[in-house]
Amino acid sequence: MKTSNDCLNQNYLEYVKQIAPKTKQKRSILHAFWVGGVICCIGQSFRFLLEGVFNLSGDELSSYVSMIMVFLGAFLTGLGIYDRIGKYAGGGSIVPITGFANSVVSPAMEFKTEGYIYGTAAKMFVVAGPIIVFGIASSVLVGILYFIGYRIF
Amino acid sequence: MFLETLFMFVKVFAVGGGICVVAQLLINYTKITAGKILVYFLLAGVLLQAVGVYQYLVDFAGAGATVPICGFGYLLADGAIKGAKESLFKAITGGITSAAMGITAAIVFGYIFSLIFKSKSKKN
Repeated sequence: MKTSNDCLNQNYLEYVKQIAPKTKQKRSILHAFWVGGVICCIGQSFRFLLEGVFNLSGDELSSYVSMIMVFLGAFLTGLGIYDRIGKYAGGGSIVPITGFANSVVSPAMEFKTEGYIYGTAAKMFVVAGPIIVFGIASSVLVGILYFIGYRIF
Repeated sequence: MFLETLFMFVKVFAVGGGICVVAQLLINYTKITAGKILVYFLLAGVLLQAVGVYQYLVDFAGAGATVPICGFGYLLADGAIKGAKESLFKAITGGITSAAMGITAAIVFGYIFSLIFKSKSKKN
């Protein structure tokens, strides 16, 4: 009895796998591509704008562009628009830096009821914390390796 | 000039979209969660810049390479490498110095907007 049930389950699962998600998955890739591309193009237009109007370049330019993108991401998350974009675009909204801002704001808003210190300020870093930890740790590692490399060679 | 700008946008769109497609493929075909994908992409950016490859992508595609989270990793590694030329102090602080704007913006704007707005997820 059990074995035939298992067999049925397996057949059913395979059947589901065959039929259901394929078209959806292909479409989600397309969605991720164009939304991600558009977000990067918005970033590029700010790049052109700041380059042309304020004569910025190099690190300063990319810093201000990421500041603007973070601002937009945080603002749209606050309005609830970014989560809707996220449902449609998946990876296309997660990977750009606006998604990083989203990952900061969205848990912070969620846990506001637990207070402004242990709620908002602490929960801001649920997703962003690991990114900052790994980012800074790896950059220190790279810096020290390069420092040693420059002194030896 | 106009054609050049247009061509730049095409490159930005293709590269930025392409990076997002890689993330979407990971979401679709593996069980890696979104938070982990962000960390992996960041580390990929750091690693690629440490090897010296990511700079070419940034020169080629501009915001298409810097806006995705691996561009954040690129910024961190780039700052550390530039600092390492000068002193040990700057080798250690260089990464966070060049990424300071992004992190500060995320914290300040993040906190302000989460105070102003209420979570929408309960209504849906």
